[in-house]
Amino acid sequence: MSQVFRRSTNIWSRVTILASVVFVSFLAWIVVTLSWSGYVTGQGVTVDQPVQFSHAHHAGSMGIDCRYCHTSVEESPFANIPPTKTCMNCHSQIWTNAPILEPIRASFRENRPLEWTRVHDLPDFVYFNHSIHVAKGVGCATCHGRVDRMPLVYQENSLQMSWCLECHRNPAKYVRPKDQVFNMAYERPSDDPGLGERLVKEYKIAGARQLTSCSTCHR
Amino acid sequence: MDFSAIRSRLAGSDGRLYWRSLGELADTPAFREYLHREFPEQASEWNDPKGRREFLKLMSASLALAGVSACTKQPAEKIVPYVRQPEELVPGRPLFFATAAPFGGIAVPVLVESHEGHPTKVEGNPQHPASLGGTDIFAQAAVLTLYDPDRLQTVLYRGEVRGWGDFLTALKGMLGTQKAKQGAGIRFLTETITSPSVAEQIALIQQAYPQAKWHQWDPIPRDAARAAATESAGRPSDAIYHFDKADVIVTLDADFLGCGPAAIRYSRDFADRRRAGVDAEGADAATMNRMYAIESTPTLTGAKADHRLALRASEIEAAARALSGSAPAGSFSNGSAPKFLAAAAKDLQAHRGRSLVVAGEYQPAPVHHLANALNESLGNVGTTVTYAPTVEINPTDRLSSLRDLVRAMDGGQVDLLVVLGANPVFTAPSDLKFQEKLAKVGLAISHSLYSDETSTNCHWNLPEAHAFESWSDARAVDGTVTVIQPLIAPLYDGRTVQEVLACFVDAQNGKSAHDLVKDYWTRAYAGKAGGWTITDPTGQPFKSADSLWKHVLHDGWVPGTAANSQRPTPNAQGAQSSTSSPQAPTSSGGLEIIFRPDPTIWDGRFANNGWLQELPKPLTKITWDPTAWIGMKTAEQYRLRDGDIVELRYRGNVAKLPIAIMPGHPEASVTVFMGYGRKVTGRVGTPAEDVAKDFDVYRLRTSDALWFGSGLEIVKTGGTYVIARTQEHHLMENRNPVRIASLDEYRKDPDVIARMGEKPPKTLTMIPEWTYDSYKWGMSIDLTSCTGCGVCTIACQSENNIAVVGKDQVNRGREMHWIRVDHYFKFKGNEEDANDLETYHQPVPCMQCENAPCELVCPVGATTHSAEGLNDMVYNRCVGTRYCSNNCPYKVRRFNFLLYQDWETPSLEPLRNPDVTVRSRGVMEKCTYCVQRINYARIDAKRHDRRIADGEVVPACAAACPADAIVFGDLNDPASRVAKLKALERDYGLLEELNTRPRTTYLAAIRNPNPELA
Repeated sequence: MSQVFRRSTNIWSRVTILASVVFVSFLAWIVVTLSWSGYVTGQGVTVDQPVQFSHAHHAGSMGIDCRYCHTSVEESPFANIPPTKTCMNCHSQIWTNAPILEPIRASFRENRPLEWTRVHDLPDFVYFNHSIHVAKGVGCATCHGRVDRMPLVYQENSLQMSWCLECHRNPAKYVRPKDQVFNMAYERPSDDPGLGERLVKEYKIAGARQLTSCSTCHR
Repeated sequence: MDFSAIRSRLAGSDGRLYWRSLGELADTPAFREYLHREFPEQASEWNDPKGRREFLKLMSASLALAGVSACTKQPAEKIVPYVRQPEELVPGRPLFFATAAPFGGIAVPVLVESHEGHPTKVEGNPQHPASLGGTDIFAQAAVLTLYDPDRLQTVLYRGEVRGWGDFLTALKGMLGTQKAKQGAGIRFLTETITSPSVAEQIALIQQAYPQAKWHQWDPIPRDAARAAATESAGRPSDAIYHFDKADVIVTLDADFLGCGPAAIRYSRDFADRRRAGVDAEGADAATMNRMYAIESTPTLTGAKADHRLALRASEIEAAARALSGSAPAGSFSNGSAPKFLAAAAKDLQAHRGRSLVVAGEYQPAPVHHLANALNESLGNVGTTVTYAPTVEINPTDRLSSLRDLVRAMDGGQVDLLVVLGANPVFTAPSDLKFQEKLAKVGLAISHSLYSDETSTNCHWNLPEAHAFESWSDARAVDGTVTVIQPLIAPLYDGRTVQEVLACFVDAQNGKSAHDLVKDYWTRAYAGKAGGWTITDPTGQPFKSADSLWKHVLHDGWVPGTAANSQRPTPNAQGAQSSTSSPQAPTSSGGLEIIFRPDPTIWDGRFANNGWLQELPKPLTKITWDPTAWIGMKTAEQYRLRDGDIVELRYRGNVAKLPIAIMPGHPEASVTVFMGYGRKVTGRVGTPAEDVAKDFDVYRLRTSDALWFGSGLEIVKTGGTYVIARTQEHHLMENRNPVRIASLDEYRKDPDVIARMGEKPPKTLTMIPEWTYDSYKWGMSIDLTSCTGCGVCTIACQSENNIAVVGKDQVNRGREMHWIRVDHYFKFKGNEEDANDLETYHQPVPCMQCENAPCELVCPVGATTHSAEGLNDMVYNRCVGTRYCSNNCPYKVRRFNFLLYQDWETPSLEPLRNPDVTVRSRGVMEKCTYCVQRINYARIDAKRHDRRIADGEVVPACAAACPADAIVFGDLNDPASRVAKLKALERDYGLLEELNTRPRTTYLAAIRNPNPELA
């Protein structure tokens, strides 16, 4: 009886198995890469806004404090996006006719709010609270990056859960003195390796078990 | 229903048998099925070809979606800041406004939580004397009515959309002709009004149109009680009870714990007194109050009583006479009545000045007179009962007022009828033929929240602004004027009563309700309106009208406006005086019919409120439908089973209702609940099935017998109706879930409660012990105080964005309530009388077990133990295996079998609590101890470097509870209230023999029975 399969079939079957393993791994790699990419997480993506507001100009070169606009960052979960009135505090005096500011003036005139596009957007089942992070020595720049150098704001970090947990598991690595929270340019002194541990103790930052309890962020 | 099985089961019991339903008692096959299935009937969908196809369709859709959802990018979201941000508003932090949710014209004081201008949750106002922070189910659910998309949205003229301008033009023409006639053709019909500013407006209208008349109608009038109190006090008055001072309470068909706005404060006073009697240090037995309930329809008050006597409604008067000794105890339908009444009368006499007789609003005036005379002779007036000037503006008899109106309409004397809020076409006694007479009115205007039976019979329909959209004022039960302030601009084109009435007063035309109300109180401050003497809380006059207004808006009420109770001059003739509300004489033949408002949708006005519709009704736990209650023997006699549709024939009128056999219901009488069978209402309240359109029992109600009458015939139609009843859902098989003891037993041997169950030693566990460095949250629920009202369920639903699932899903055991109130009945050992029962209520939320069975079985770690001891439920991790709920002995986990949340309706979006995730299909959920409130308080405390104070975190259920039965706090703090309660000897854990170590524990129900009746 003649052979049903030729000898070369052996090779083909091995190649097929190998190829499918490679293919599945490749697919997995694509999925993982994609889900970690800026395309999905929004990391590093600059978003179009109704007004070309430059943080680099206002917060950076002019040195306006973050809290001038983000008023509720110290007392509320939400840092607040300033009302049009805040813009008009200055822009009713300077650059009063700048064409770029027309949407602001229109909003103020017509009592119609501006619609900004969210840059840092956590899923709706995550409850992030600005006030507690600021109160415990997490600097603005730690999460948001050097906003004072961004002409248009983009998301510096992935904002994925693993990124959050990095700090929630070991806050000592990231906290800074409270008076430096709003200092964009703060850098940890290299000669004081125990600073983080000290601050965690001094600020009574909760232990990892509390900080990684699900209900701390999800509810 | 196998009655012989029930009887044999009862005969063989040792007197410690608890059961939730007659099905359980009879141990029917259907009941066994419920018991063994965690979520009944989901599997049977496979056998039903239609259901199966549906199921496969849903499954394939969900599989496809599961694949797709992994690849979706989060959509770009907008942030819309203010143009000019209000000063006091901090985005992300809620504000609370003191206002009121009026109920039947009476203000129920509340604080409403507002998130950036969206009212989301109603809380009680803890400082308000009328409620002390409690609420009722209607106040809690008011916020859902506010956002109801089915509300009347525009002005309608004969069903066509018009504007307010068109209406005003039409009205102007009409008023022009009426002016000449001094308004002889103008009639107003309102519900009860307590608002001082509206009172002034009506007075102004009557000045401008001296012949115009004002009528009032309320389907649940309090005429008899008020008439009797008026007679006793010598001026229009309401009786105010002081349960905190009463040692012995006898009720005569009164449901003071379950009905009306006064129940909030009464529940608190009653529960405080009861608790203090059990737990107070060195207290003697005399300090625990004792309640005797003599009642017809079983109520929550009767369930709470130490002794309950079931009598027919018509026998209550005789019982009252026997109690007062003015007549010998004659023959009663219930054989134990003479002994009961003698013991109660003796107990009353033994507690002169510290006892209280309460007559129910559904009893005629003679019973109230008897009760008042009893209180007078017992020396209770001035201590446990006081008479305060009535809070109503016009305390007329509702029925005669409505009769006058109908007569005038019939005589063609009414050119212009303005119906404000009332729905008489649906609720008026059927013999008045209101709808027929309404057709004779020249121009009928209705002002209502919804299109209803009345508005569709009127020419003009004006949309009413909801209380949370309105400026207004109203008086609370104790008389305190409560100013109503809006939380949101009217969602639709609604206007308030004040604004509508202003159209009739030239001087006020076009004024906003804010201006009208503020103007009234500015003048009241100056002593130019209402004759109020307003002083600030320290007794000093306010500096200016402005400071008064600010104070009122902040605190919610006008200080110094509580009705002054006065000791009246005794009126010996009280008991013999005329009755204003006639009652049909009891004639032989037929059954007795008892009319009651529905416990959850009241007179029908809440028919379109899904939360209230789905709230299991107290005692029966029936949702979505009304039933006719009958006693067990009557059911046996008529061969009726639960769900059989009967035709009710009464005075030539016919209605149909499904039967519910109610243990404890007097025999030979039938209780029917009004409010269902709405013909014109929103989508939720419109009956789905044809037969349900006949559930309207208002058509049986006649003006000579508003509350009960005899001559009812019931005829079995042969049809059955599916009742969605949660009584048998989530059962914990025969494991002594409630523990009870009498006061004597408990005092003699405080360990009696602990001995009723087995508590495994702490070492008996393989799981390593948890340690809690910071907080250790726990809850204590006092079964002695719980009145079973169900407000915790609604408060939880509102706080935690819990979906309404609908009748069909409830029937499959898929209701989503995180906290349920189980009712247990206990047979007292009287084998002849299965109606002789005790009833216990047990609210069951998640127990937050220390050794949680759910946590161990989740394959994806979606339910875990938090650092503060909560069993966290992580929706975003949950894949829907349901292992956790399978393993939960308390059956407190709820699964989203379908997409229950309404994601589509735009008006429901601002209703949701932004601090709680809105769950989607395929996700398990359960009580979280309101973790959002814990986190809020923890973050606040940490920001200020302090610990969370005791009482700072109050879960929604505990905050809403009028009886203060639920206490929450930190068990690591031995000084906390909850830790102290848990240290009491009557503390026990539900099913603690399973070694789950529940964090939520119960305080056993302690009763104080009279040894003479034991």
